[in-house]
Amino acid sequence: MKLLIKNGRVIDPSQHINEKTDILIENNKICKLGKNIRETGCEAFNAKDMIVSPGFIDMHAHLREPGREDAETIATGTASAAKGGFTSVCCMPNTEPAIDNQSIVKFILEKAKKEGKVNVFPIGAITKARKGAELAEIGDMKNAGIVAVSDDGNWVENSALMRRALEYSEMFNIPVISHCEDRTLSGKGVMNESYISTVLGLEGIPSESEEIAVSRDISLAKMLNTRIHIAHVSSEGTVALIKEAKTCNIKVSCEVIPNHFTLTEEVVNGYDTNTKVNPPLRGNDDIQAIKNGLADGTIDVIATDHAPHTITEKEYEYDNAPFGIVGFETAIGLALTELVHSGFLSLSQLIEKLSCNPAKILGFETKGTLKIGADADITIIDENKEWIVDVNKFLSKSKNSPYHNRKLKGKVVATIVNGKIIYKD
Amino acid sequence: MKKEINIKWDRKDLLGLEDLTKEEIKLILDTAESFKEISARKIKKVPALMGKTIANLFFEPSTRTRISFELAEKRLSADVVNFSASTSSLSKGETLIDTAKNIEAMKIDCVVIRHSSSGASYMLSKKLNASVINAGDGTHEHPTQALLDMFTIRGKKGRLEGLKVAIIGDIRHSRVARSNIWGMMKMGMDVRVCGPKTLLPVDIEKMGVQVFYNIEQAVKNVDVIMALRIQKERQGQSYFPSIREYSKLYGITSERLKYAKGNVLIMHPGPMNRGVEIMPEVADGPYSVILDQVTNGLAVRMAVLYLVTGSKNEGGTSV
Repeated sequence: MKLLIKNGRVIDPSQHINEKTDILIENNKICKLGKNIRETGCEAFNAKDMIVSPGFIDMHAHLREPGREDAETIATGTASAAKGGFTSVCCMPNTEPAIDNQSIVKFILEKAKKEGKVNVFPIGAITKARKGAELAEIGDMKNAGIVAVSDDGNWVENSALMRRALEYSEMFNIPVISHCEDRTLSGKGVMNESYISTVLGLEGIPSESEEIAVSRDISLAKMLNTRIHIAHVSSEGTVALIKEAKTCNIKVSCEVIPNHFTLTEEVVNGYDTNTKVNPPLRGNDDIQAIKNGLADGTIDVIATDHAPHTITEKEYEYDNAPFGIVGFETAIGLALTELVHSGFLSLSQLIEKLSCNPAKILGFETKGTLKIGADADITIIDENKEWIVDVNKFLSKSKNSPYHNRKLKGKVVATIVNGKIIYKD
Repeated sequence: MKKEINIKWDRKDLLGLEDLTKEEIKLILDTAESFKEISARKIKKVPALMGKTIANLFFEPSTRTRISFELAEKRLSADVVNFSASTSSLSKGETLIDTAKNIEAMKIDCVVIRHSSSGASYMLSKKLNASVINAGDGTHEHPTQALLDMFTIRGKKGRLEGLKVAIIGDIRHSRVARSNIWGMMKMGMDVRVCGPKTLLPVDIEKMGVQVFYNIEQAVKNVDVIMALRIQKERQGQSYFPSIREYSKLYGITSERLKYAKGNVLIMHPGPMNRGVEIMPEVADGPYSVILDQVTNGLAVRMAVLYLVTGSKNEGGTSV
């Protein structure tokens, strides 16, 4: 089984390649790179005027299975991911029950093998039932296939426990991903704390609830000389803290979600519950700081935090509606529009943050690269294609997106997983 | 009374005062003047909304607002249905939108809604063809309360422009304060807010108000003092150490009235905690217009119901 991708502009930051070249795939692996490869008896894909990139890896997503199959399943979630150009998806453990033991990990991997369109990598919980009280069986889960641990949605408030988690996870060489939020400060907040929350009469979540948590986590990583990955950075202060930590050689990495470089809290005016997300949409200064942080390398990764919720749930009042925005199918369009076409990032930098860097953080040696012998996971994009977001065309089971009718520039045209074209626009 | 009202109202809903213009607020207050007299008649009823159906949806306990709206509707000859639930729609397993669609299916002309979530009336209005009147949504707005407050002040002082008002208490959790700030600022009043810092929402001064933590300074030379109800459960949430300390720092006492102008008006949206945010001698004293507020509430709500529900098709109706 061979596949030849012809005439595309290949951008692979892992090998510093950025040129028009062909790629030959054989036996699910990258077999050959070169100009004008001639190969008979194989399927060919003409990528003329398109960008060919190592497959995008989303290290922060919610597939909702098991537990909330009404909002998303592994089948629908991975179909949505494929449409969005993601060849690998890491699913967060806030399922019902939580991914906190090897049997749930095995269930997800089995389901993904049967029904998944793209590679699925479960993230295990740090603590049992994500309750922040006792460590989950991280060793067992690692053997079963987890690639990271996180109590997603919950910050491990107990500092001693977080210390143990960092120490213990290091033995298995998997990153600890921290949802940084001091709940005692964010309280019942539903949006950014500001003049707008005052006017709307909605409880606010100050940026400091994130920054306090980030500070502690950085301190622990420094003390223990272990890695820490900060999920969904939303504020100017957080970017500054991480930047400083990196200059001190503390092993901190972080990700940002397109929502936090695209939308400000202004869109909460009108009480559209599709704008309710945690961390909340913040101000213009925060967006600028995040864009600068992406450009200067402070922010390593762009993830989606794909968070499906049913229409019914999002029809509750703003206070009562759940947090979350679906992200797979808009992430690349938003990133190209807001970051590349507006001049903050080069295409190569963008691909680093969508593919190479997540692979490095997660320890994927054969992904996030187009080196000979690497897994044939490839994303092909048309950086200039203009399109309008239509939630009704989402392959995700859920439609909770504030981007409906938004015009974007840049689209995924094909997604190749393990040498097979699994999505074509 | 046969008085022509020149109608310039073209809104489907009344959701808050933030969106209204000065002229629209004035129109409501002027309309309320002509309705005030009806409640003093022997037969307290006019046929202005005959044949209209109004649903009062109260998802949060309320006595005076609910009764005030219901009386206003009945005095305008509307058909009235009441729906009260002390819990939000969520706990019944039905969304607000579902509730709204059910109401719509019953061909109702206007919905008056009180809800504990900010934005509930806004969400409802987007889903309904019927008119929506916000009778208080979370900590967002309570427009008819602010309108009746301004109506009362205007009635007593003859004007609004240039008057100084101090709103005292839990501004943070007060929809009454927000609506009054929007309305009073638009009408050219000088608005001060005062309370413990813990009960003032962030950036409140951007609404155009002056912020005070000291009550004597706040009420100095003001024409109007408005005390807000302090909810006793806030004590447990550490907004202040005790009701006792709150009352000592921010209670409206006759001693504190001396800092204000000699003919100051004392207002309270009710229900009052006598002896906490307002002392009984002040609430019942010569400066108090607290019961006038209640009386005027009826006229203002009649005006709002009339403008929102009745005036859309027929221009220049006499009442």
